[in-house]
Amino acid sequence: MQPERHDIELSVNGTTCRRTVESRILLSDFLRHDLGLAGTHVGCEHGACGACTILFDGAPIRSCLMLAVQANGHELSTVEGLAGNDGELHPIQQAMHDHHGLQCGYCTPGILMTMTAYLKQNPQPSEHEVREALSGNLCRCTGYQNVVDAMLAAAQTLRAAP
Amino acid sequence: MKPAPFRYIAASSVDHALALKAEHGDEARFLAGGQSLIPAMNFRLARPSVLIDINGLGELAGVERSESGEIRIGALTRYHSLERDSRFLTDCPLFADALPHIAHPQIRNRGTIGGNLSHADPASELPAIAVGMQARMRIRSAIGEREVPASEFFQGLLTTDIQNDEMLVEIAFPPPTGRTGACFMEVARRRGDFALAGVAAIVTIDAEGRCSQLRLALCGVGDRAVDASAAAASLIGQPCAGEVIETVAAEVQGMIDPPGNVHASPDYQRHIAGVLAQRAISAAFSRAGHAA
Repeated sequence: MQPERHDIELSVNGTTCRRTVESRILLSDFLRHDLGLAGTHVGCEHGACGACTILFDGAPIRSCLMLAVQANGHELSTVEGLAGNDGELHPIQQAMHDHHGLQCGYCTPGILMTMTAYLKQNPQPSEHEVREALSGNLCRCTGYQNVVDAMLAAAQTLRAAP
Repeated sequence: MKPAPFRYIAASSVDHALALKAEHGDEARFLAGGQSLIPAMNFRLARPSVLIDINGLGELAGVERSESGEIRIGALTRYHSLERDSRFLTDCPLFADALPHIAHPQIRNRGTIGGNLSHADPASELPAIAVGMQARMRIRSAIGEREVPASEFFQGLLTTDIQNDEMLVEIAFPPPTGRTGACFMEVARRRGDFALAGVAAIVTIDAEGRCSQLRLALCGVGDRAVDASAAAASLIGQPCAGEVIETVAAEVQGMIDPPGNVHASPDYQRHIAGVLAQRAISAAFSRAGHAA
């Protein structure tokens, strides 16, 4: 079977991209291999681990469970878009750094994208709510405690921000 | 861990999607949320040669109400939009109870009601809720439309009554009657995992607070959603009392034949189903008492 290709145009971290993709290319692989945005990590490839979480039209989704061709005409945000242009970390990234919320860091991009969206929707979460929000992101290093601490601190910083 | 090659077609209308399905039959699959289909394709457990993307078909999404109070959910309605619909959650407390148990927030942002029901995973919450609420499943093909009661829609493990040229387009629930309360509960190994057992209970009570109708449906304990309403006979005409509910739970345990899995033996699943049945019936009774 000849690979079937489609022209797609999408916005990634505010930049418009046009590419031609094979139908079967997963969105996660498209981001990593075609756009070179390797910050989106690929773990399980069946929607269990959450490492590949990105924002699709503002909502967190598993990029391994979507096809690149489905992103045609949509707006995506990946971990590369979090820090400012001057390299200043996003408050949620700074909090993960300050609270030692990562060890190997493989799950971190997915956690950052999940929680960026969550803290917009719920700026003042309880610890229990943070743990619920993190339930779709597996981390095998930290035991989650420092991630939870980081998210509660990030929520506070974001609330205080103008 | 990558899908086998396939042809991708974004459907421009429901008619277009159905015409494509009629043309390609079981070689083609509809792509809705993709939260079960894409992982199956990644593992090459599913190898459709044509993928018909229906995500652009807005007319398939949303909740509507008829004048009689019947609630209709379009097949492309995503879990997350139901989670944010407070009126819907008030009208359908089983969904309010069950939605947070369905996978994780990222999955609920994409996954659809119609995709879930068409997939017919026996551990999934929604088939049990559809059976419990006596939903009618509206199915369309290029040449016509038909309705199937949920009790006949689910035919076995990952198997439904949907034919090769058909699509589930909507599910409809009959309007609630009288003083009715409902509750869904489940036990899973971890948050978002598949349920080891889950119970949906819908209790209707009369003016004296006695049970006039009880609907019971379970997930995770068979090859499809199990309608255990027949277990409720001893509760009809009775007030909410511990001993009677225990009898019903024991009946439920006798009716099911759980398969067991890596997390739970059949005996443990049966035990859980009994405990959940007791708790869900009691909670539904209490909610019925508070219903207007």
